[in-house]
Amino acid sequence: MKKYLTMTALAAVTTLAATAMPAQAQDSIYVPLLTYRTGPFAGSGIHIANGMHDYLQMLNQRDGGIGGVKIAIEECETGYDTKKGVECYESTKGKNPVVYNPYSTGITLQLIPKAAVDKVPVLSMAYGLSAAADGTNFPWIFNPPATYWDGASVFIKHVAAVEGGLEKLRGKTIGLVHLDAPFGKEPIPVLEAMAKKYEFTLKLYPVPAAQMQNQGSVWLSIRRDRVDWIYNQGWGAMNPTAVKEAVKNNFPMDKLVGVWWAGGDDDARAGEAGAKGYKTLNFHNTGNTFPVMQDILKHVIDKNLSQAKREQVGENLYNRGVYNSMLIAEAIRTAQKITGKKAVNGEDVRRGFEALNITEARLKEMGMEGFANPMKITCEDHSGQNKVFVSQWDGTKYVKASDWMDPIKDVVRPLIEAEAKEYVSKDAGWPKRAVACEKAS
Amino acid sequence: MLYNIFIDPFMQMGGAPDLLVQTLWEGLVSGVLYALIALGFVLIFKASGVFNFAQGIMVVFAALTLVGFHEKGVPAWIAVILTLGVMYVLALAVERVVLRPLVNQPDIILFMATFGLTYVLIGIGEFIFGGEPKQMITEQLFLPRGAIDVKMLGGRVTFQKLDIAAAVIATVMIGALAAFFQYTRIGRALRAVADSHKAALSVGISLNQIWAIVWFAAGIVALITGVMWGARSEVSFGLDIIALKALPVLILGGFTSIPGAIVGGLIIGIGEKIAEFYWGPLVGGGIENWIAYVIALGFLMVRPQGLFGDKIIERI
Repeated sequence: MKKYLTMTALAAVTTLAATAMPAQAQDSIYVPLLTYRTGPFAGSGIHIANGMHDYLQMLNQRDGGIGGVKIAIEECETGYDTKKGVECYESTKGKNPVVYNPYSTGITLQLIPKAAVDKVPVLSMAYGLSAAADGTNFPWIFNPPATYWDGASVFIKHVAAVEGGLEKLRGKTIGLVHLDAPFGKEPIPVLEAMAKKYEFTLKLYPVPAAQMQNQGSVWLSIRRDRVDWIYNQGWGAMNPTAVKEAVKNNFPMDKLVGVWWAGGDDDARAGEAGAKGYKTLNFHNTGNTFPVMQDILKHVIDKNLSQAKREQVGENLYNRGVYNSMLIAEAIRTAQKITGKKAVNGEDVRRGFEALNITEARLKEMGMEGFANPMKITCEDHSGQNKVFVSQWDGTKYVKASDWMDPIKDVVRPLIEAEAKEYVSKDAGWPKRAVACEKAS
Repeated sequence: MLYNIFIDPFMQMGGAPDLLVQTLWEGLVSGVLYALIALGFVLIFKASGVFNFAQGIMVVFAALTLVGFHEKGVPAWIAVILTLGVMYVLALAVERVVLRPLVNQPDIILFMATFGLTYVLIGIGEFIFGGEPKQMITEQLFLPRGAIDVKMLGGRVTFQKLDIAAAVIATVMIGALAAFFQYTRIGRALRAVADSHKAALSVGISLNQIWAIVWFAAGIVALITGVMWGARSEVSFGLDIIALKALPVLILGGFTSIPGAIVGGLIIGIGEKIAEFYWGPLVGGGIENWIAYVIALGFLMVRPQGLFGDKIIERI
């Protein structure tokens, strides 16, 4: 009898909770965060997860959410595993999410076809499928502020700037050390195109996930091939190992440049004193002196509402997470403005993304002056091909080491359009863009 | 194409012998470390007939425990002793909670139990230490750093002092374990258990005691492996993937042979580095991961029981 009563009570509570969900959904905006705090990639994933969570939490604490509506933040652990990521998506899509952040190129590739069907936009901030920047073919996918192809082109631009001009690239050997996974392979097409155009030799050094911490032969091959510059498209445990191996092999650290995901503070620290000079691309600054960071410290860290340690606030990957959530929040805010609704849904936020225009004045309002560069998305260009700069490890932290640089747009954009066309042509049922373009875009 | 496969790699070896020596050295160091990991598997397999899937996570767990103690302010060498204590408690717990209740169950059940143990250790490890990677306390353990550059064969060969230390420590460890199990009473008991559980029991050998000892020995191996790999890279949950490199070593050397683990480790370590360096570029690189299995399977075609494995003849 007692067991029966317990079961009945449990069933009643479950039913009540289920019926209460829609009411809650009206009072809040549900933002699921697909994060990874466990597994071999946790070293990178934890800091980003903290940054993403803390910025949204700060908005809840300081402003009562966005436009007066609280943000319901829920993390789902993917372990950087595509299957688990899709499970997270399926288990949360019934809760009226307004945007998905897959935080893995593999998961993003799986969610791309689902976004238009479920009418929830996917924000793959500076990762994922580069060709998805073509908003005409991928109206539900957004990858601002720049794609991997933009990043690779900025790397080439930086090499040219150091070497004395694009014509000086002729005869050079440039290597790509990359995770042997969709994420790692992304920059290959654009680097191949540029190798042809600027007449340098491109060497590829794939690192299988199982070999991330065992890169001896890769760096021996780099020594044999007399590579002049290395671009590191690595993630997780691969990055600190690459930095250590570069130090061990006496590779000049100022000629080793990581994609923006290879710029964790822990990645550089692993190389100890020898890592000084290591470079990484970036699209936001580091440090915790910006007003927005001070607000996070005050409203989140000091109230023990974060999993981050105080000293981690301001580190590169933490700030990356903050930047990511700023984009989410601004898209929601823009959606509220466009629709006049407070509790927006996925369709509204998609419109918000497409009309996103973060000006210098808006950055100042948000306490992010000097933290990031103004950026804009249009209906046609969902990445915005925004400016990127090079950061350099000074032995204790990353410092800005170049001006903001535009990607080589005349090479990258045609490739994006061609690749998008090819992607769509392979799927006979791929839906044509059925949503209108925002006037603000 | 045939030239690129059969001639060019050897021309490269002759043309830059310093790089060949460097590759052989890298392979040797990796091979010794693979042998050490494989030894952890062999010890447990010999004693209980179980392929211990949890060996990889034991490497991570031991290294994290060591670094964790040190982060709490415990001096490095005391942290080593405390970590050994934790690994001993773990061995006792595994024997009591996992193995003892499963005595006389089919091997596959025991194998699945080690699968479960893996995830339990991952969970406990992440709960206690978090998912963030940690730096191995190389300096505090007095492990040498820096490199020795030797000019030879018209070029230079770099020997990392840490790699030299890793090779020496792993070799000493392998030798000590081999001697312990060859010449001591416990070692003879272990070999008796490996031959037949029932026969060993009939002469008064305690299975439970032997299992606890081999799991503790595997824990010691895991700690040393964790320190060495952790110092070369970082201490993270990614390290448990490296432990799977022992699989081709075991296929090659046999699951029950300590010399097999040593020779197999060296063949796989040197073989995969040579293959990646000289033949990898022909197929776009990244072959190191699977070429080890090709090497192992190649040997199996000649010796199905592995290089040193026992040839088992069963009546059917």
